[in-house]
Amino acid sequence: MSKSKLKSLLSPAKYFMQGNIACAEGALAAGCQYYAGYPITPSSEIMEHLSNRLPEVNGVFMQMEDEIASICSMIGASWAGAKAMTATSGPGFSLMLEGLGYALMTETPCVIVNIQRAGPATGQATRPGQSDIMQARWGAHGDYRIIGLSPWSVQEMYDLTIKAFNLAEQYRVPVILLADEVVGHLKESFIIKPELEIFIRDSTMTDKPFGTEQDDGVPPMPAFGQGAKLLVTGSTHNQFGIRKVADPKVQDILVNRLCNKIDRHKKEICETESYLTDDAEYLFVSFGISARSAYAVVKQLRNQGIKAGLLRYKTIWPFDEDELKQTAQNCKMIFVPEMNRGQLVLEIQRVLCDKQVISIPKTQGEAIYPSEISNEFKKYTT
Amino acid sequence: MSENLLKYLRPEVFPTPFCAGCGHGILMGAILRAIDELELDFNKIVFVSGIGCAAWIPSPHFAADTLHTLHGRPIAYATGVKSFNPELKVIVISGDGDLAAIGGNHLIHAARRNIEMTVICANNSIYGMTGGQVSPTTPQNAKTMTTAQGNPEQPFDLCRLTAACDARYVARYTVFHTKPLINSIKKALTTKGFGFIDVVSPCPTQFGRRNKQPTLFEMLNDLKTRSIRYESAKKLTRQELIGKVVIGEFSD
Repeated sequence: MSKSKLKSLLSPAKYFMQGNIACAEGALAAGCQYYAGYPITPSSEIMEHLSNRLPEVNGVFMQMEDEIASICSMIGASWAGAKAMTATSGPGFSLMLEGLGYALMTETPCVIVNIQRAGPATGQATRPGQSDIMQARWGAHGDYRIIGLSPWSVQEMYDLTIKAFNLAEQYRVPVILLADEVVGHLKESFIIKPELEIFIRDSTMTDKPFGTEQDDGVPPMPAFGQGAKLLVTGSTHNQFGIRKVADPKVQDILVNRLCNKIDRHKKEICETESYLTDDAEYLFVSFGISARSAYAVVKQLRNQGIKAGLLRYKTIWPFDEDELKQTAQNCKMIFVPEMNRGQLVLEIQRVLCDKQVISIPKTQGEAIYPSEISNEFKKYTT
Repeated sequence: MSENLLKYLRPEVFPTPFCAGCGHGILMGAILRAIDELELDFNKIVFVSGIGCAAWIPSPHFAADTLHTLHGRPIAYATGVKSFNPELKVIVISGDGDLAAIGGNHLIHAARRNIEMTVICANNSIYGMTGGQVSPTTPQNAKTMTTAQGNPEQPFDLCRLTAACDARYVARYTVFHTKPLINSIKKALTTKGFGFIDVVSPCPTQFGRRNKQPTLFEMLNDLKTRSIRYESAKKLTRQELIGKVVIGEFSD
């Protein structure tokens, strides 16, 4: 590689920035060295920024011919040893699902940012949505588990992008940053701390890069060119990577390990945040920008003497059932505001089947306002 | 396969899954001979393939890094490998359905970018693994499982297509023409840019037996008689070239 003068990452300070740019800078801070993408509103600022910044840190930027090529080239780069990322929105995310399944099956660490917009299909390209969260969980075919994070601020566009890279490398899994147009285009100040925790991929030489002794383990991942003679395939394979397309036992072991390695590490992966939930009678459960509106409502209600609280999911997938059960155990009613027809509410109704769980959906391609949430709240409580 | 090529193979995965009379074994040998003659470091080669019979030529037979990808997408994966680590030699081996139908977009864009990689299309003019359906390179009027009355469409000429994209090296040979094929692969492997070779390979099982060529012998004989040098083909009209296999280098 030729010598070049490298520009450093952003120094610790307070910055005023757009969410999408903070996401791109978070990726660089996490060690992202490869980005492949295709232009799509409202995510394009991420690729525009990285097209300038990646060469400055000796990274590689590729604008591909479509989103399928973007995710596939990102997976190729990951196996060549890169921390790799792509960003898109609904229509592009739909195209990426086949590559997502491949990354899951081959245990390829990578980060996919979905700046969600209002769908389905082309929908409203410039308007926000939170309607891809079930697609992110279930969209690829076959049995699998995924990690999905939901930022509610510019600060978290930065922080959770770093976390996404760390989880991807640690668990050898694609991680999806499920942001939305509001946080993507929001401009506000945020802080870059002096110290970061960065996970370095375990690339120990091994002849078993696709299996572990434990049924929930994460094998090491050598890179191409290291001499490991890797056999990477999206077909069912044994611990050596050799295709076993009709062996029931190999299929069973592989699929269960892919799920177990996420399910059994929920405590380390999942992150939620609670506001005034200790004595709450009314619990709001939300994520992303909708949680910010719900937070405003909780504060208003508290001012009126109503015991309201908020449980916010920073990690949507895997879904932390235990935290919800514990937080909601003394609550009378649970309200779930979200910018879709009611998606996360299905998980909450599943877990709290003996409680009154009320969906507060909004499908107008704009952020859900605190007044809309409090109006719905009043309908059920007065 | 000769003794000195065995070092490139994983003995534990043999025999190959290829049918009797399949041309892909000859192509496998030609690729390894080209690599051996060039004395390339096998540990620094990444073989990328898609889905289908051709994709199984490198994976899992070759004792190198292999990336067996999604159907149609090997060139996109290869682009990521090569652009992130240019020190690796990247060779894509896949079939006509994979590279020209579902993956056609990636083929033309990689050729346009002239990204340094060698793409070998093991072209058997049929979807072999899925049972013999018509492919984008099936000759017009040929009988397949989905064109019982004969293929009504004209086939793709992948060499003219990639040459039109200004790919640095473009050639076509058949597995009958093994010597020039090996030389062509060597040339593609040393090209600074995108190298594409269309290798016509017989499939008696899915193509030949439905088109009065039930064995490899008949299929190779047919390829031999239909082949015409690129230079000689220039003198013929498009009409006169229907059914011919134009072999040679299309751009150099």
